[in-house]
Amino acid sequence: MGVRVRVPTPLRRFTAGVDEVPADGASIKAVIEDLERRHPGMRERLLDEKGDIRRFVNIYLNGDDVRFLDALNSKVKDGDDISIVPAIAGGR
Amino acid sequence: MATTSQSFPRLPADARKSGAATSRPGVEIAPLARAQSVLDLVGNTPLLEIKRLTPGLIPAGVRIFAKLEGFNPGGSVKDRPAKNMLETGIAEGKLKPGKVILESTSGNTGIALAMLGVALGYPVELVMASNVSRERKKIIEAFGAKIHYSDPQEGSDGAILMCREMLEKNPERYFKPDQYNNEANSLAHFNTTGPEIWRQTRGEITHFIAAIGTGGTVMGTGRFLKTKNRNVQVIAVEPDDPMHGLEGLKHMASSIVPGIYHENQLDDKIPVSTEDAYEMVYRLAETEGLLVGQSSGAAMVAAIKVANSIRAGTIVTVFCDFGDKYLSTNLWIGWQEWRLKRKK
Repeated sequence: MGVRVRVPTPLRRFTAGVDEVPADGASIKAVIEDLERRHPGMRERLLDEKGDIRRFVNIYLNGDDVRFLDALNSKVKDGDDISIVPAIAGGR
Repeated sequence: MATTSQSFPRLPADARKSGAATSRPGVEIAPLARAQSVLDLVGNTPLLEIKRLTPGLIPAGVRIFAKLEGFNPGGSVKDRPAKNMLETGIAEGKLKPGKVILESTSGNTGIALAMLGVALGYPVELVMASNVSRERKKIIEAFGAKIHYSDPQEGSDGAILMCREMLEKNPERYFKPDQYNNEANSLAHFNTTGPEIWRQTRGEITHFIAAIGTGGTVMGTGRFLKTKNRNVQVIAVEPDDPMHGLEGLKHMASSIVPGIYHENQLDDKIPVSTEDAYEMVYRLAETEGLLVGQSSGAAMVAAIKVANSIRAGTIVTVFCDFGDKYLSTNLWIGWQEWRLKRKK
């Protein structure tokens, strides 16, 4: 079953252009590791060298910003919706 | 029309000598003439030498100046193209009473159009991805403009496409300045930003560096400067990855390329990481007393890189806006940590 992850335009080069992909994991961190296995290159865009969520990346779990939950340790259950959203819109 | 700096009243020589114009001898900042409208206040922004941050970071023979576009009445460089696109639209009869100004924007152009729409008496509707900063939305709403939100997942390209659809459905209702494809955008910089920088550096500029959103600033200003001295190097700054946090900037290779952006007219293009740009914003605040937006941080990072590739020269870059519009954004995540690290 797992979770569904919505992928923003700048990361779709790793998902063959697909805007929503399945993933597994019991926490946000585990989901990101699974995304990396399925779509190599994703983790580096989401996490910095220390393993924290990059400052300009927002991750929403069922609509809530995980920074206001338990960040990477936020618990994930089957059927949850995860959205990755760049903190900005680009262009002018 | 904007008043040109040449028409500014000059202070008497003795007043300049005594430092009456400013507290620093030898510095002349001419006061603005009385204006009739915010339209008159667009342009003629100050040029500030970045001196406190740079010692030890750049060669002694290189000077870096920043054009402080936050001094425009709408708070950003985008006042210039917005004004020129609207005035050109009126002159060509495309923007006339009854029309609504429509544009896709991630913020600063929206603010500029909303403000100038009030001044000119036209309603304004804007399409923005819903993840642009809260302050920008509030400012635009304060000017009475209407915002249509596009999917944040789709970024600024999503806003562009939604705006196109709205226009196709109702072409008679709207006037779309089309900042990405309207040469009046880059012409605004050819006619104002370029000449101002040439005058302010007394023709000594050797390198012009600007971050790219639509490309209007770097294209128009660069073209003007090359008419004065073809050896001036024109350099663009862009995010180093399509996934970035530099609000207002475009990673060209992965975006809908604006029609006014002509990469073959650039001498170079410098990629900058979001982290480096954010930290530069913090450093500019602490060392220069200058709180700017993240695109200015990116421009400064690039200016230092260029400075280190030469032995002597005068670099001018553009600080697109001030930082007050970004206080609620992710720009400030990690700032405390950065500060503590610096104090150690």
